[in-house]
Amino acid sequence: MPKVTVKEKAKNAERKPAAIGPDIDLSEYSLQADDHGEIQKLTGLTDEVRERAITVGIDAEESCRSGSFFQMDHSVILAATNQSGLEVMSTTEALKKYEWLTDYWWKAVQVDADKYTARAELQQHHGYFLRALPGAKAEFPLQACLYMGREGMAQHVHNIIIAEEGSELHIITGCTTAQSVKSGLHVGISEFYIKKNAKVTFTMIHNWAENVAVRPRTGTIVEENGVFMSNYICMRPVKTLQMYPAAYCIGENATVRYNTILSAPEGSKMDVGSKVCLRAKGSRAEVVARAISKGGAIVTRGNLIGEVPGIKAHLECRGLILSERGSILAIPELDGRVSGVEMSHEAAVGKIAEEEIQYLMARGLTSDEATAAIVRGFLDIEIKGLPEHLRREIKKAVEMGEKEERIL
Amino acid sequence: MNTSQEKCRDVPLIEIRHLSVSVEGKRVLNDLDLYVMQGETIVLFGPNGSGKTSLLKTIMGIPQYRVESGNIIYRGEDIAERSIDERARLGLGLVFQNPPAVRGVRLKDILRICMEKGGVFKEESIIESADKLNFVDFMDRDVNLGFSGGEIKRSELLQMLAQNPAFVMFDEPDSGVDLVNINLVGKVINELLEKGIREDRRTKAGLIITHAGHILDYVNADRAYVMLNGSVSCSGNPGDILEDIRTKGYEGCVRCRR
Repeated sequence: MPKVTVKEKAKNAERKPAAIGPDIDLSEYSLQADDHGEIQKLTGLTDEVRERAITVGIDAEESCRSGSFFQMDHSVILAATNQSGLEVMSTTEALKKYEWLTDYWWKAVQVDADKYTARAELQQHHGYFLRALPGAKAEFPLQACLYMGREGMAQHVHNIIIAEEGSELHIITGCTTAQSVKSGLHVGISEFYIKKNAKVTFTMIHNWAENVAVRPRTGTIVEENGVFMSNYICMRPVKTLQMYPAAYCIGENATVRYNTILSAPEGSKMDVGSKVCLRAKGSRAEVVARAISKGGAIVTRGNLIGEVPGIKAHLECRGLILSERGSILAIPELDGRVSGVEMSHEAAVGKIAEEEIQYLMARGLTSDEATAAIVRGFLDIEIKGLPEHLRREIKKAVEMGEKEERIL
Repeated sequence: MNTSQEKCRDVPLIEIRHLSVSVEGKRVLNDLDLYVMQGETIVLFGPNGSGKTSLLKTIMGIPQYRVESGNIIYRGEDIAERSIDERARLGLGLVFQNPPAVRGVRLKDILRICMEKGGVFKEESIIESADKLNFVDFMDRDVNLGFSGGEIKRSELLQMLAQNPAFVMFDEPDSGVDLVNINLVGKVINELLEKGIREDRRTKAGLIITHAGHILDYVNADRAYVMLNGSVSCSGNPGDILEDIRTKGYEGCVRCRR
């Protein structure tokens, strides 16, 4: 039988709806974009762009960053690193530079998974390539920003992240639109390869607009003693966001941790999950999600698959519904396929307990202050193993999301 | 039976008049009268279900405790319509018997809240107090989450030290506390109620619920009330009343009332 090429697979899946989430009519979005040229430093961004980028954790001064990648619409305007042993470039550039990159292309995510993966292959608009050479340890995080500045536009990026043996990478990715943009489509493919004894922390902050549709597709392969930690924060309106990143622990003692923080205002639909396949002895996974509905609809999923004995995994999902019109559907799944696995989950969806508000009021807080303190505490998940300034970025994004939400 | 303390103060710090309260339509307090003078420590006895906790929660303003009639006069003002936080800021404090755990709100967060709203104590003195209570290690813990009975008491008392209320209510401070800790609890109550200074110079007052009366071995109370079926059945010398309860039980109070 002749081998089907990646392009052919993509062609065949061009109309294939995703397994979950509302179907999006891709023809509604324009593939036109202006060329934005290049800049030397992020300080060269316009004030408007810079301000939006800051809301998603991007440090325009680049003072505490080991490198930066900035893509505006379909143009990569900056890709640079200041630490040897680290590589930052666009994936289109990297494909030209490294023949071997095809060994990593669509190996953690299936190209024919759905029409969005297919679209990203057939109409790719760059994306970032981040790599740590063997033994290299990033002193500061690498930052990447995917920015959509044009109304009604589609942006399809394909990112590849490789942490070679014994290396360490910290990444912060911010995705956002111009203030004026109300609608658009963002499709982001991300494939992570974490080699033996390597560690990657990945923090992604989204700040979209009311009518933007978002379809990230992410796969991560973790080898022996590798560590992958993913933190995802979306506290701002989005028309429809659906993602279900999957990590595969294929080497002994591989560790995966997913933390997700969601806050859905009215009109926003968020369907976000995390899946971990534990395929090697001693692998560990922890999935933690906090979801707040302020009128929006949230589906929070978690799926742990234990394929060999001697693995350990835990799933935790807590949801708070703060508005009459809000909804949260928590779907935790434990799939133990052999004996000798240790998997557990806890899930809770509800409102803030009146008793807790009253308790804080008895210490002098008004009802609103007490509610805000409880919500803040609810979202404050303890994230171990993350550099301090990334922890601060997460805190900032959460607090900013909370604050702006209240103004709305 | 009234005591000489009354001579020192003309107006009570807090006075409850003909108070009737219901929870979900069920009457829990019935035409209750009680007062506490500034500088006084009052103890409230009563069997389970007699309405002691209901009284404290009503005074604190917990909305489920609906005031049907009567008044709660604090420093001359009827506060029955005021919200919980307003009462807290006016100087009322409550040591909860079973406080809820608040996930994500750490003990040090709630202490900061107490200090900000109460406004007298300094941070250093709170750390000092936490040290005295052997509680420094709990600062970063979510408040009350997984705390033992004794730890809850220490947490609540520390919050009171930070909040510095003028009128402090203690809901069974001696329940679930071991012998070592009850001594500590007694010390802090004495500190909160300024028992170290002359009564006529004190600016604080306290109302302590005790079921078994153990706390009275560590804290001197000035007067006692006995509650039965949602009202005060008698009042008098705490030692005498406790002695009666210990020998005859609350049955004796019921008979006495008849």
